[in-house]
Amino acid sequence: MEPIRLNFPVEGGDLIGAGEASSKMKLALKKLDLPPEVIRRCSICMYEGEINMVIHADGGRAEVEIHMDHITIRMVDSGPGIPNVEQAMEPGFSTAGDVARDLGFGAGMGLPNMRRYSDEMTIDTAVGVGTTVTMRINL
Amino acid sequence: MKHSVILDYKRCRGCTTCIKACPTEAIRVRSGKAAILNARCIDCGSCIQVCPHKAIKSVSDPLDAMERFRYRIALPDPALYGQFHHLNDIDIILNGLLSIGFQEVYEAAKGAELLSDYARQCIRSGVERTMPQISSACPTVLRLIRMRFPKLIPHIADSVTPMELSAILARREAAERTGLAPEEIGVFSIVPCSAMVTAAHSPDGLDAPVLDGAFAIRDVYLKLLSPMKELTELKPLSSAGIMGVGWAYSGGESAARLGERYLAVDGIRNVIQMLEEIEDGRLPEADFIELRACVQGCVGGCLTVENPYAARMRIKNLMKGLPVSLNRFTLEGDDRDVAKPDRALQYVPVFVLDEDRSVAMEKLAKIEELERQLPGLHCGSCGAPSCHAFAEDVVLGRADRSDCIFKVRERTEYMAGTDDADEYLPAPFRQKKGRSGGDPSAEGDFDQEVHV
Repeated sequence: MEPIRLNFPVEGGDLIGAGEASSKMKLALKKLDLPPEVIRRCSICMYEGEINMVIHADGGRAEVEIHMDHITIRMVDSGPGIPNVEQAMEPGFSTAGDVARDLGFGAGMGLPNMRRYSDEMTIDTAVGVGTTVTMRINL
Repeated sequence: MKHSVILDYKRCRGCTTCIKACPTEAIRVRSGKAAILNARCIDCGSCIQVCPHKAIKSVSDPLDAMERFRYRIALPDPALYGQFHHLNDIDIILNGLLSIGFQEVYEAAKGAELLSDYARQCIRSGVERTMPQISSACPTVLRLIRMRFPKLIPHIADSVTPMELSAILARREAAERTGLAPEEIGVFSIVPCSAMVTAAHSPDGLDAPVLDGAFAIRDVYLKLLSPMKELTELKPLSSAGIMGVGWAYSGGESAARLGERYLAVDGIRNVIQMLEEIEDGRLPEADFIELRACVQGCVGGCLTVENPYAARMRIKNLMKGLPVSLNRFTLEGDDRDVAKPDRALQYVPVFVLDEDRSVAMEKLAKIEELERQLPGLHCGSCGAPSCHAFAEDVVLGRADRSDCIFKVRERTEYMAGTDDADEYLPAPFRQKKGRSGGDPSAEGDFDQEVHV
C-alpha cells in the first residue's frame, strides 16, 4: 500500500506559530486511531524539529509519511547547516539567541529529544546548503 | 445522547456562520439549513453565540417540570450570583428561590467547597495521581477530551462535578429530614450553560442521572426579579464561602486547592491549544490544569444574562462578606465514594475514519488527494467548515464532490457554452478582477497590495 503523504510548510521567524504543523499531523494520526503513545512521540519529534527550523534555518518544510508499520517524519530546510553534528547532539548544547531563550527555548534538548522519541534518526547536513533530519517511528 | 444545543429550522437561513465557529466541526449546512452531527457536539454553545438569526438554542427544562414533585430543591450554580445589579447579599437570591416554588436551596457552591476540601485531602494523603491533574468540572471539556484527547483521560480528576455532589447530598439529607422517599423529592440545578443541561440528563461519569432536571439561569433570573424585590425578611441560607463561590469564574477552583502550581484556561479554543500541549508533555511544571470552555469560566455560559466580566466583578464583590470556607469533607470509609464517579470516562472515537486501520488509511489517502484538488478557500459554500472537512465528508459519503462551488464553475461554463462563468458567479468565485456588479471605479476602494 502506498504511504499517505502529508506536507506542512514551517514559517521562519515565527516561534509562536511553531507547533501548528505537529498539531495538524496529530489530528490526522488520531483519525487513524493509532496508539496514543505513537502519536505523542511523533508530535514531540515534529514539534522539536519545527522549533529547530524556525530558530536556525528560517523555516522549511515537514514531510510526513504514514506507512502500515511505521511513520517517517522528514524535516527539510535550506538553512546554514550544522557544522558539528556530534556537538549538536549533546544534551544541553545550544546556539539559540536571546529571543529564543526569552521564550523558554534554547535548552539544548531539541535534537537529543528527537533522537530519544524516534526509533531511528539520521541527519544529512552540509554547511551553507541545509539540513534534513529523518526520523522513523515504528507502530 | 440528547443534546441541549438544538436548531430552530424556521429561523435558520443556512448562512454558514456557525459551521466555522464549531470547535469540533460538528455542523454542516444541508438543503439551506444547518444540521448538527450529533455524535460530535460537545454542547459548548459556540454556535449559539455566533448565529446571526438566533436559530441555534440551548433547551433547558421548563420551570413547570418541578411541579411533578412534592418537595423541590434548587441547586443554584454560583454563576447565578453575578447576574444582578446592586446586590450585596447572596441570601436575597437564595430567599428569592424559596418564593418561586422551591422548598429548599442547596448551593452548588457548597458542593464545590466540599470537593475542594476532598481534593486537598487527596493531595495531602499522597494518593497516586497522573500529573498534571485536569479538572473534571466542565462537561464540555470532558466530552472534548473523551473524543479528541483520549490519552489525557487518566489525567482527569477522579471526582464528580459540584452539581452532582450537591444533588446526591441534597436529596439524601432532605429524605432523612422530611421522611419522604428520595423519588418524591425533585432536585433541580440552575445552570449557566448548555453542557450542564446535557450533563444533568446524561452525566459523563455516573451510571444514572442524579438530577431531575436543569433550569437555565436566564429563565430563573426573569422569575426571580420581582420576588427578590418583595422579600420582607431574609432567612440566613448562605452556606458556602469564598472557595466554593469562586468556582463560578476561571481560576476559582484552582485557588481553592491551596498552593498547587496551577493553570486556569478559559475559552474553548484556548482549552484545545492547552490540551494539545499537555498531550505532548510540554507542561511538566503544572500540578493542576483548570479548563473551562466558556470565556471567564461558568459566568460566560450561554444561558446567563450578564456579561461575563461584569458577573465576575460582582461575584468578587459579594465575596467580601463571606468567610473563606464553610464546608469540610468529613465523610469516612466507603462514604467517601460519593465524591467519585461511578465509572471511568470512556474514549468516544468519533473522529476515527474506520476501525480497521488499513481502511482508515485508504480513506485518509483519498481525503488528502481530494483536498489537493480543492481551492483551499474554506468558503463554506459546500456546507462544510473547510475544504478538508468537505473532502472528509465526500469520502465518508456525507457529501458529493459536485457540492463544491468550483465544480459548479466547470458546469456553468459548460452549460453557458463559454469558457467564462464569471458572469454567473458571485464575487468571491470570479477569476478576473474588475468584474464587480457595481461601479467599476469603486474597484480602487479595495487594497490589493500586500503589505509586509
